[in-house]
Amino acid sequence: MEVGERPIVEIHNLNKSYRRGTQTVPVLHDLSFDIQEGEFLALMGPSGSGKSTLLNLIAGIDKADSGTIKVGGVDITALAEGELARWRSNNVGFIFQFYNLIPVLTAFGNVELPLLLTGLSRAERREHVELALAIVGLADRMDHYPGQLSGGQQQRVAIARAVITDPAILVADEPTGDLDRVSAKEILELMERLNTESGKTIIMVTHDPRAAEKAHIIKHLDKGVLNVHTETHF
Amino acid sequence: MFTLKLIFKNAFRHKLRTSLTIFGIAVAVLAFGLLRTVISAWYAGAEASSAIRLVTRNSISLVFSLPLSYEEKIRHVPGVKFVTRDNWFGGIYIDEKHFFPNFAVDPKNYLPMVPEFVIPDDQKTAFIRDRKAALAGRKIVEKYHWKIGDTITLKGTIFPGNWEFVLRAIYHGRDKSTDETFFLFHWDYLNEALKKTAPARADQVGFYFITVTNPNLAAEVSQTIDKMFRNSLAETLTETEKAFELGFVSMSEAIIVAIRLVSYVVIIIIMAVMANTMAMTARERFGEYAVLKTLGFGGTHLAVMIFGESLIIAVIGCTAGIAATFPVAKKFAEIMSPAFPVFNVAPSTVYMDIAAGLVVGLVAAVVPTWRAIHIRIADGLRRIG
Ligand SMILES: Nc1ncnc2c1ncn2[C@@H]1O[C@H](COP(=O)(O)OP(=O)(O)O)[C@@H](O)[C@H]1O
Ligand SMILES: [Mg+2]
Repeated sequence: MEVGERPIVEIHNLNKSYRRGTQTVPVLHDLSFDIQEGEFLALMGPSGSGKSTLLNLIAGIDKADSGTIKVGGVDITALAEGELARWRSNNVGFIFQFYNLIPVLTAFGNVELPLLLTGLSRAERREHVELALAIVGLADRMDHYPGQLSGGQQQRVAIARAVITDPAILVADEPTGDLDRVSAKEILELMERLNTESGKTIIMVTHDPRAAEKAHIIKHLDKGVLNVHTETHF
Repeated sequence: MFTLKLIFKNAFRHKLRTSLTIFGIAVAVLAFGLLRTVISAWYAGAEASSAIRLVTRNSISLVFSLPLSYEEKIRHVPGVKFVTRDNWFGGIYIDEKHFFPNFAVDPKNYLPMVPEFVIPDDQKTAFIRDRKAALAGRKIVEKYHWKIGDTITLKGTIFPGNWEFVLRAIYHGRDKSTDETFFLFHWDYLNEALKKTAPARADQVGFYFITVTNPNLAAEVSQTIDKMFRNSLAETLTETEKAFELGFVSMSEAIIVAIRLVSYVVIIIIMAVMANTMAMTARERFGEYAVLKTLGFGGTHLAVMIFGESLIIAVIGCTAGIAATFPVAKKFAEIMSPAFPVFNVAPSTVYMDIAAGLVVGLVAAVVPTWRAIHIRIADGLRRIG
């Protein structure tokens, strides 16, 4: 699928700092950029440069100090907590470095979680979950608990959970950071497929150059400012 | 629903910790239940007393007696149905450790006043007919393996000497709260012996036990009796049997207050233990709570999860504690039977157990829930990384 002309994420004059004791630590300084619909973007940069912070702001799980973030035309900086939670569950899929599965739930139960906030019936949920697990190649591991799965398999369950509500955007914070090379490759190929075949816009934080290679665009974040030169691969 | 399954799985994630907490709650509820039962056993005598029964005693103190001549006067007060002379005998069987209350009464008038004492008719007649006869409660009869016709010797303390009685009747309680440890015999038997050995102490009555025809008359009859003997040598104080029993109980009121306090302390301690368990649990799961919030779950969901988990642990512990209370109380009753003739776990005690369990479960969940709801998602996720 082609990268659209329409920006799905529009960031204007974004500022974010953290308070550490009496000190204020600026993290993101006056950041402005767009992300096009259907893009596969890699955010790179040294540790502590604010990559996760930026990703969290775009995904609506953290609040900016100033500036606006529009996602799909909605200014999420203006949403109240409850509205933001509902918006997240409909629009964003999350993939974390440490998978963040609920250990007492099976693969099926973990993937089903986001659907519990929808009005779907039990049978409909089952259908969706089975399909999502089939897409990530884990149809035969539905009843396994996270502890019974390898890292790569757990991350695939996490990806199934991220796409189960069919969100337009996937955010991934170092999705291969904890995986061996083979598993990392599988995960990246899976994400690539979700981008090309399902048209998901993917924003991925990574400091693994091999991971970044899969992306169309790489933006470098350094000391809170976005590096002007972006590499593009097609 | 999802939550119920997840709550159960969460509750038993740390099997050892959860088991120990459940055990702790069970023991606390058991201790609480036993302490409450001790308290109600203490008051059982008063609870069992009937609203139509009055006791007339010397207004100065129970230690002073009343003249026998009062009996006929009281009998003629309007509203009085039965009157019996009654003396606390204070006899000892074998030795002081084998205590049971023993009274000298007028059987003909006494028996109709205590419908809660269930006695076969032939034994009733035998008891009334024989001057040396005694009536004893089922519990002490079983304890000492007495049989009808046995001679029982009590050593007098207030009335010196060895006193022999023949067991003619055995009663059992109509209600669970009926005291089955009484030992009763003929007042005339006592009085006639006193006439020979200590004439000055004869014809004296410890107190009069009275039944009125209607509970509404209790206050009026009491006043009439006391008024009648005002300015006489022995002024009287008439009160309901309940007030009379409570007067006994209040002598030891301080101990009861202490027991009551301890019973609350037990609950407070277990509340702290439970709160600690829930705080530890929640702290370990902040990452998971952050993930759930990320996925769009709200404060209500987290509250249901944490409160649910806390309540499951509390309810299981509480149920185990209540289940254990009954057999333990039964054993306790066997050991303590002289001190507490009536030792039953009351429904109200079970309700208090349940209330205590629920309060413990709810209180323990408050702080973890508040923290889980207020933790920022980004911070919660950071804890995992
Ligand atoms: N909750 C927080 N409180 C204080 N400082 C924070 C917090 N989160 C992040 N920081 C700081 O902000 C900076 C950027 O963090 P982060 O976005 O996690 O960087 P990256 O993901 O690029 O490694 C770091 O210096 C980090 O220590
Ligand atoms: Mg990071």
